[in-house]
Amino acid sequence: MVVSLTDIKSGSKVRVARIRGGLGIRQRLSCLGIHPGDIMLLQKSGFMKGPVLVNIHGNQVALGRGIATKILVEVE
Amino acid sequence: MMKITLVGQPNCGKSTIFNHVAGYKAITSNFPGKTVTYSISKMTFQGMTSEIVDLPGSYSMTSFDLAELEARKYLLREKIDVVINVIDASLLGRGLELTLQLLELNLPTVICLNMIDEAETKGIIIDTDKLSHLLGLPVVTTIAHKGWGLNKLFETAFKVGQKSAKSEFLTFSKDVEQVIKDLSEYIKKTDYSEKFNVPYRFLATKLLENDQDFIDEIKNTDMEFIKAVQGYQHQLEQCRDRSSDEVISSERHHLSMQLYESVVKLSKPRKEIRNYLDSVLMHPVFGYISLAVIMYLFFNFVFYVGAIFEEPLLDFFYQFLPFAEETLGADSLLYHIVSGVVQGLAGGIAIVLPFLFPFLLGLAFLEDTGYLPRVAYLMDTFLHRIGLHGKAIIPLILGYGCTVPAVMATRILESERDRFITSVLTTMIPCAARITIIFGLVAFYLGPRAAIFVFLFNIVVVAIAGNILSNIMPEITPGMILEIPAYHVPSIKILLSKVWLRMKEFIVIAWPLLIVGSVVLSLLQHWHLEEFINQLISPITLLLGLPVTVGVTLIFGVLRKELSMVMLVQALGVTNISTAMSATQIMTFTIFVLFYVPCVATLAVLIKEIGSKRTLFAIVFTFLIALILATITRFVY
Repeated sequence: MVVSLTDIKSGSKVRVARIRGGLGIRQRLSCLGIHPGDIMLLQKSGFMKGPVLVNIHGNQVALGRGIATKILVEVE
Repeated sequence: MMKITLVGQPNCGKSTIFNHVAGYKAITSNFPGKTVTYSISKMTFQGMTSEIVDLPGSYSMTSFDLAELEARKYLLREKIDVVINVIDASLLGRGLELTLQLLELNLPTVICLNMIDEAETKGIIIDTDKLSHLLGLPVVTTIAHKGWGLNKLFETAFKVGQKSAKSEFLTFSKDVEQVIKDLSEYIKKTDYSEKFNVPYRFLATKLLENDQDFIDEIKNTDMEFIKAVQGYQHQLEQCRDRSSDEVISSERHHLSMQLYESVVKLSKPRKEIRNYLDSVLMHPVFGYISLAVIMYLFFNFVFYVGAIFEEPLLDFFYQFLPFAEETLGADSLLYHIVSGVVQGLAGGIAIVLPFLFPFLLGLAFLEDTGYLPRVAYLMDTFLHRIGLHGKAIIPLILGYGCTVPAVMATRILESERDRFITSVLTTMIPCAARITIIFGLVAFYLGPRAAIFVFLFNIVVVAIAGNILSNIMPEITPGMILEIPAYHVPSIKILLSKVWLRMKEFIVIAWPLLIVGSVVLSLLQHWHLEEFINQLISPITLLLGLPVTVGVTLIFGVLRKELSMVMLVQALGVTNISTAMSATQIMTFTIFVLFYVPCVATLAVLIKEIGSKRTLFAIVFTFLIALILATITRFVY
């Protein structure tokens, strides 16, 4: 099932299905190693509408709420 | 002279390498959070002199970030003898994506696998010979913060530079490669490759990626060319059923991953304490408690160290004044000039420096350990409410040191609107100079509790001002995408050289203004012109219920903020300010000085960063806030 990254519990492993949004956001995410098809670990889901923290290819990346809702993922 | 350029992704340790070899001779127009404008220095290595340039960290060669665009422009424009591509070895897969783009530039290149110890701890063992063979480039491993491997790195760089061996690109999948080739052939018929000074293939891939910078340059004059490019983009889209920029970026991603998998052997990562640090420092509750404790300790350290040096240094400078008065005569022109210079020097050396040095040292420490991005992560929730995102906290914290680097640090923000709002807000954060006013006036005469109140009140005002500005410019911020690097133990040498670079900048910009400012004030007093200025300012001083004589200090506060306080003593003609001003007046004066018009040095960078119109707005905006709040203080406090 494809859901937004903000709807996932901390500690789940997910596969990036699709990135909604334009060229800008796709490029910025791909720079940090986040592409469709990649597997990442959701380390901390946001609290108080705060950012989420993911581990991608062994690197930690914080994603603001707005960005995280645009990343659609499947739970592995 | 050989020109060596360091290129790499943010946090790869590029600046550490630079700071190691550049030493005190380095010149830079940047000192905030990150390397934004480039740093440059001469270095002598094995009897050869060369010029070394540290470019801003770039994730990619596609332009969408101001600093990255500058880095790319530099690479294309300058004649570079050798590029050192620094890669964080523990993030090799991602780092190679930039390397693949650099290869397309056909420049002599050396790969530097930095933080190789870090990679091994993570269980990543890299076959460097194989990597070197696959990329067709020399590969050197280093641990920059220990200085390990740097000799070999520069030795190799010199060799490559002398041979000027050009790098060669690696190819993508056949169908994609064909489209790139066709577009390259088409570009060959035009003069764009010469115009931008880039190889055909580089330009072709960038155009297929919809690179805004190149496309905008061509769009105005040559729609036909753009249409042709769109045709090729369409071909790619047909091949893979996704947008052409995605096709290129995923091709690059796959190629990097392929390279990565063929040179890396994974073993079990070592367990370390620092891996557990984040479960406390980024925790929803303990994270904020730790943040408060760390900030408390940080500012305590700054003021503790500052206070030790401030008094003896001030005494040292002021002992010259009675002596000068005696020998030159109290009314002579020369005495006024001398006392102006002494007070200017005292302001810079005894008041600002003792606080600025520990502040910059503490900041460099927080930065190099990797704690600052965690602060941004924690603060994102709150900054979101005032229409900014977490990264804006870095310029705001820097603001407590000096507003000049803080405004420059706003460049780490992606959107122009965020940069503007954050710049205006940083000017309202009390810098070291204004903090000394809060301490020297409020804490000294009204007590420490009143001083703490001023600091908290300031934060509330900044938050409200942020809200107002975001409502005036209701654009949605792009949102935070921020790398949280692993914790590091910083090296003292690197910390000190960072602090030195930033201090140097401060000294160059601020000290001359400071000395000139206090000499001018002394001269005004000599010719009794300050009364005229006081008359001019009297509408403000009367509104705020302040003595008319303080008017002139407000003008000088614009030159350098601490002049407001230093000259208050002079203007009032008393040594104990509480004999000439009531508690309410002291508080009103401080609140006004805290917010009104940024200092000259800040105005200069503001004009550079946000333009003169918006700077004018900042002046009016902060002035109005100061006037309103100070008037309220007059009647309420």
